[in-house]
Amino acid sequence: MTRKLSPPKRKNPIKRTRLPTMPPGNRSREAHGLTAMAASGRFALQTCEECEAVQYPPRQICSNCLSDALEWRDVSDGGTLLAETTLLHSNDLFFRDRLPWRLGIVVADVGPSIVVHLAEDCVQGERVRMSLDIDRAGHAIVTARTEKPSTNEEDDLQLREMKFNPKDRRVLIVDGKTELGLGLAKAFADAGARKIFVGEAQPWRVSPHLEEIRKMENVNIMPLDVTDSDSVEELAAMIGDKVEIMVNNSYHLRSGGLIDRFDLNVAHDEMEIHYHGLIRLAGEFGPVMRARGSDGHHGSVAWLNVFSAYAWVNNPALGTYSASQAAALSLSHCLRAELAEGGVRVVNAFIGPIEDEWNQLAPPPKLVPEATATRIVGALKKGIEDIPIGAVAEEIIQRMVENPKEIERAIKS
Amino acid sequence: MTNPEKNNPGLLSSLLGGITGGGIQVVDLTMTLDQKSPTIVLPPELGQSWPFRMEEISRYDHRGPAIYWNNISCGEHTGTHFDAPIHWISGKDLPNNATDTIPPEMFIAQACVIDCSADAAEDPDYLLTIEQVEAWEEKHGRVPPRSWLLMRTDWSLKSNPVDYLNLDAAGAHTPGPHEDLVPWLIDERDVIGFGGEAVGTDAGQAQHFNLPYPCHHLMHGRGRFGLPALTNLDKLPPSGSLLITPPLKIRQGSGSPVRVLALVEPQA
Repeated sequence: MTRKLSPPKRKNPIKRTRLPTMPPGNRSREAHGLTAMAASGRFALQTCEECEAVQYPPRQICSNCLSDALEWRDVSDGGTLLAETTLLHSNDLFFRDRLPWRLGIVVADVGPSIVVHLAEDCVQGERVRMSLDIDRAGHAIVTARTEKPSTNEEDDLQLREMKFNPKDRRVLIVDGKTELGLGLAKAFADAGARKIFVGEAQPWRVSPHLEEIRKMENVNIMPLDVTDSDSVEELAAMIGDKVEIMVNNSYHLRSGGLIDRFDLNVAHDEMEIHYHGLIRLAGEFGPVMRARGSDGHHGSVAWLNVFSAYAWVNNPALGTYSASQAAALSLSHCLRAELAEGGVRVVNAFIGPIEDEWNQLAPPPKLVPEATATRIVGALKKGIEDIPIGAVAEEIIQRMVENPKEIERAIKS
Repeated sequence: MTNPEKNNPGLLSSLLGGITGGGIQVVDLTMTLDQKSPTIVLPPELGQSWPFRMEEISRYDHRGPAIYWNNISCGEHTGTHFDAPIHWISGKDLPNNATDTIPPEMFIAQACVIDCSADAAEDPDYLLTIEQVEAWEEKHGRVPPRSWLLMRTDWSLKSNPVDYLNLDAAGAHTPGPHEDLVPWLIDERDVIGFGGEAVGTDAGQAQHFNLPYPCHHLMHGRGRFGLPALTNLDKLPPSGSLLITPPLKIRQGSGSPVRVLALVEPQA
C-alpha cells in the first residue's frame, strides 16, 4: 500500500543538494510518436490500417502483416499485469538515486505486451490501467497503475517522477493582477500547494484580483515586473531556490493589427512582457530550478507558460500580440531543451479568448478564468505537455495540424 | 577683436573660485533614475511612456573584459525631467520649442522657492495660489522676470512609489499650481517656467480644472518650461539660487531626463 507522503521538512542547510540525473534517453523517430501522444495526454498506439494489429513498441512496418500503413489511434488503456519485478540495483545513475523501482509487463487488452513502470499498489495478475507519460528526460514511457485509483496514488514516488503534482510544492505565479492569475492562485491552493508566491508589478496600479489573492492563506505577494531585469534578478535571489513550479502567466493584450494599428510602442510592450519577460525569468530562475530537479521528493518539476492559442496562428485582429505569443512559444521550446538537463519539464497551456476586460469585444465563447485555471492545473497534474483550453484553442491546434493554410485564411472572419 | 578675459577679468574665475571653496554650494535637485521609479500613470488604453530600464552591455566579463557599461531606455518624461513647449499641443507652433532648438542660455536661470510643505502634508490636493505667492513676495521680494517658480512640497521624500503617485479611483492626488496662478505667473511675473516635486508639474487632479492641465497648456503655450520630479528643494534658499537645467539635445525632443543643479550662494 502506498504510504502517504509526509510534507517536506525545511531544507537542511548542511546537506548537499543531489545533482539531477536523467533516465536513459534517445528514442527513434517512430518512438517519438509516443512522445506526441503523451504530450497531449492521449493513450494512442500505432494501429495497422490493413490488418488492425496494434503495435508496441512503435515501428515502421506492421509486426503482423508488414504493411507500412501504421496510424496512431486512441486505444483502450486497460490490461492485465503479467509479471512484476522490483529493481534493487542499477548501473543507471537515474535509477540508482531512486531505488527500489518497480517494473512490470502488461498484456494490453488491445494485444501487445508492454514493459511498464509500475505503481506500488499493482498486483500481479490483476487488472491495470496504463498511461503514456513523459519522463524526466522528456521521453515517453508507459506507466501502469491499479484499475481503480488507490488511496494514496498521488503520493506514489515513482508516479510523482512523471507528473507535476503541485501538492506540497511551492509555486510562483508571475502575474497576480489578472483574472486568470487569481484563478490560478485558487487552483494551486486547492491542489495543495505548500506556498504560492504571486508577482506584483507596478504596485501603484491597484488590482481587485490581487487584493483577492492577498486574503488567501499560504500566499506571499512579491514585487515582480518582468520588464525590469533588476526586479526579476532580485526576486530570483530571494526565492529562486524555493520555486518548484513556475507559472509564467504574463499577459498584455491590446487589440489591433500590423498596418491597421501601426504602433511600435504597443508592439514593444507586448514583446517586453511576453518575450523578453520570458527571457528574464528563464535567465534568473531557470538555472536554480534546473539545479533542483532532483532535490528530494519535492524538488522543482515544471515551468508552465500560459500562452494564447494565437501563438499557433496569427489572428490579424490581434496581429502583434499573436506574433509576441509565437515568439514566446518558440522560446519555450529552447527553454524545454535546456531545462530538460535538470529534469524540469516545460508545459505550455494554450487558451482562447478569456472573459476579461481586454476581450470585451471578442465574440463568445469566452473562457471563464477560474474554470480555465482549474483545467490548467488538472492537466499539469496529469503531466500533459501541451494543454489546449477551450473550444477555440482546441480547434486552432487541430486545424493547424490538418491544414495550416486553411486556418490562416479563415481565422480573420 | 576684444579679449573677453580682459573685459571681464574674473567673472567666471570668481564663480569657479566660489564653487571650489568660496562657499557656493552645488545642490543636486535630481532624482536617481531607477527601474522602480514610476512614470506618469495614464489610462491603459492610451499610449504609455516607457519606464527607465537598464540592460548591462558588459561588466568586465566575456562581453567586454575591460568595460562596464549599460544600454538604457526610457520615455522623454522620466524621472527629474525638462518639459519643452512642444510637449503640449498649445506650444506646438512656437519657434524654438524643442530640446534641440531652445536657446541654450535658457537653461540657466534663477529660482524662487515657495515652501508649501506644510500645506501639502495636510492636503495632498493642495494648490498653490496667487495669494500665497504674493505673501512670499512680501518677505523675499518680487519674483524677478525669467525666474523658475519652484513649489517645494517635500513630496519627493515619499520613497514608496505608491505614496509618491498617490492614486485612487479618482486619479492622482498630488499638489500643484492653482489654475489662476499659472497665467498670473506668465503675465504678471514673466517666469521662465514652473517646477515641483511630484511626477508632473500640474496637480494630480488637474484634468478636472476648468482649463485642464493649466501648467502644461498655458506655460508651454507661452514658450515656458516645466521641471517636474525635483528633489532637495528644502536645501535651496527662497530666492537667489541659480539653476542649470540643460536637457539632452534630442532632435524635436519634447523633453528629456535632466540633471538639475542649483548653485547656492552663502546667505549673508
